[in-house]
Amino acid sequence: MNNKISIRIDGELIPATPGASLLETALAHGKFIPSLCHMKGLSSVGACRLCLVEVAGVNRLLPACTTPVQDGMSVTTQSDKLRRYRKITLELLFAERNHVCAVCVSNSHCDLQSLAQRLGVTSVRYPYTFPKVPVDLTHKKFALDQNRCILCTRCVRVCAEVEGAHVWAVSSRGVGSRLVCELNRAWADSRY
Amino acid sequence: MSRTITIDHVTRIEGHAKIEIHLNDQGKVASTQFHVTQFRGFEKFVEGRPYYEMPAITARICGICPVSHLLASVKACDAIMAVTIPEAGRLLRELLHCAQFVQSHALSFFHLSAPDLLLGFDSDPKLRNVVGLIEKHPEAARDGIALRKFGQQAIERLAGERIHPSWTVPGGVNKPLSAENRDFILSGLPLARSIIRRTLKTFKAMLDGFPAESESFGNMPTMHAGLTDFDNRLQIYDGIVRFRDAEGQSVATIARPVEYSRYIGEASMPDSYLKAPYFKPLGYPDGAYRVGPLARLNVAETCGTPEADLELIEYRQRLGRMVHSSFFYHYARLIEALYASERMEDLLHMPELLDTHVRAEASVNAREGVGIVEAPRGVLIHHYKVDDRGAMQWANLIVATGHHNLAMNRSIQQVAERFVDGNALKEGAVNRVSAVVRAYDPCLSCSTHAFGRVPMQLRLLSPEGRLLQEVTAG
Repeated sequence: MNNKISIRIDGELIPATPGASLLETALAHGKFIPSLCHMKGLSSVGACRLCLVEVAGVNRLLPACTTPVQDGMSVTTQSDKLRRYRKITLELLFAERNHVCAVCVSNSHCDLQSLAQRLGVTSVRYPYTFPKVPVDLTHKKFALDQNRCILCTRCVRVCAEVEGAHVWAVSSRGVGSRLVCELNRAWADSRY
Repeated sequence: MSRTITIDHVTRIEGHAKIEIHLNDQGKVASTQFHVTQFRGFEKFVEGRPYYEMPAITARICGICPVSHLLASVKACDAIMAVTIPEAGRLLRELLHCAQFVQSHALSFFHLSAPDLLLGFDSDPKLRNVVGLIEKHPEAARDGIALRKFGQQAIERLAGERIHPSWTVPGGVNKPLSAENRDFILSGLPLARSIIRRTLKTFKAMLDGFPAESESFGNMPTMHAGLTDFDNRLQIYDGIVRFRDAEGQSVATIARPVEYSRYIGEASMPDSYLKAPYFKPLGYPDGAYRVGPLARLNVAETCGTPEADLELIEYRQRLGRMVHSSFFYHYARLIEALYASERMEDLLHMPELLDTHVRAEASVNAREGVGIVEAPRGVLIHHYKVDDRGAMQWANLIVATGHHNLAMNRSIQQVAERFVDGNALKEGAVNRVSAVVRAYDPCLSCSTHAFGRVPMQLRLLSPEGRLLQEVTAG
């Protein structure tokens, strides 16, 4: 039984597995679609909006990580419009929290930083919001720094889907969203 | 009627400053005011950050001598962890600091002040800069670049990066020194030493050419403060802060860094973002004191290295035991560069320098920590308070240039009284007022790299406060 379907990515005919996401399929064939919240082995949530692509016949942009492939689908992953939107998205991420690369412990090994460099984000056009957000230093080995959080929820999903501990969640909504430990306790008070 | 004359070249100070000269009815200088017009805010925005990030954050205060902030910061963090760091870690930190002294003193002397000294205070301002120096005195310019290169390369070999390295960490350093890197640094020392010797010889030969400047460039009795060891030898990484009065009597010592506030108070000035530290027992503003090269050589009995000690003897034969003219900061700076190069050699020959145990591990064991080092410009104090988890609650940073705030103000007044004619502001006078500030090698922003336009403003005011003339150099 042949369970393969075909899609076109940037004009190239590519075999795909039904049920797979556009992002997985593109990455498996060496195509570059930027993403920050996607992580292999975890469910997809479409949180970061960086993997938005154009699908022929659909009049809005779709996140590649949560869009399943369909036979005959024609997808554009690189266009001026997408490049512009992706830069805007990254700039908004930088403006939303306090990202200070020079003194950040993740400097030079940071997905956000390297993606910004790859996509040519050299400045941020929006006013920084400089939110006053907490740093939880209560854990003996780790620190939670909300200043650097982009709400990708990778940690939430690893903790729930890989570890099964369900320690982390996101509280509040929109720009006020914050990562919280066990219904908003200090990390040191968690059983984990 | 006010007018603006723009002198279109960099004025060779680090940071942004404005000087006001007030005139009396006779057109003579009545008073002067030195304004530092930048606000940085480091003490406030570090609140809440983990203490172990402080070295990386505070190093960003300065691009010229980040190593000084790094070292003061890691020492404050050592105190919070309540650890004695491994010997190799301590020696490596001192070695790094010596390299920093060489490069920073080279920058101050050759790049910033040599144009005044070698080309003349009244020379054409268009050429009175490092480019003019390259044209007229290419050998001096080459020496300056080579000496700074040596210091910067030594820092790079030790710490991995020339600017803002992450090598110094609370508890020590994060990587031992390899024999290869030690040998590389050693191989550069003879050239560095010969440049410093040559420059000292040239400078001493020029001394008689600046009688007016020697006499009136901040030539005033003040107290002096600097680090020494128990035997009164010059120290730059660790030691006791010693205060001597204008006559040379030792009047106070700070043996435990955390007790600095018993002797050092900080006043705020209405027209400047720079705080004005003062010696508490004498109060503000009488407790003005100086730090940095001149003060260190006044405070210490000896340098503790042979060549620098010989130079120190000659220096004192020429100028006396306590030297009060800030013009001689330049001279003292060169002797210190010699000391730093000699001390580097001593350290590089110590077998324990290559020991691989370079870092002590610990968490928060004290709620408060103070780190004091000698930055090239003078005593630098970092004082942190943290909560039980190590989150910063409060910080106080007293930078070397701050200690000089009162002394610089007085020096500006002295130079202005001597050289400024109220009826017209001459370029040579402007330059001398700038040059006395330069003698202190201030780092006003404590962040700027030696690039771009650094404006300095002089304003001549009538007794009624009317702006008569404004000169902007930058």
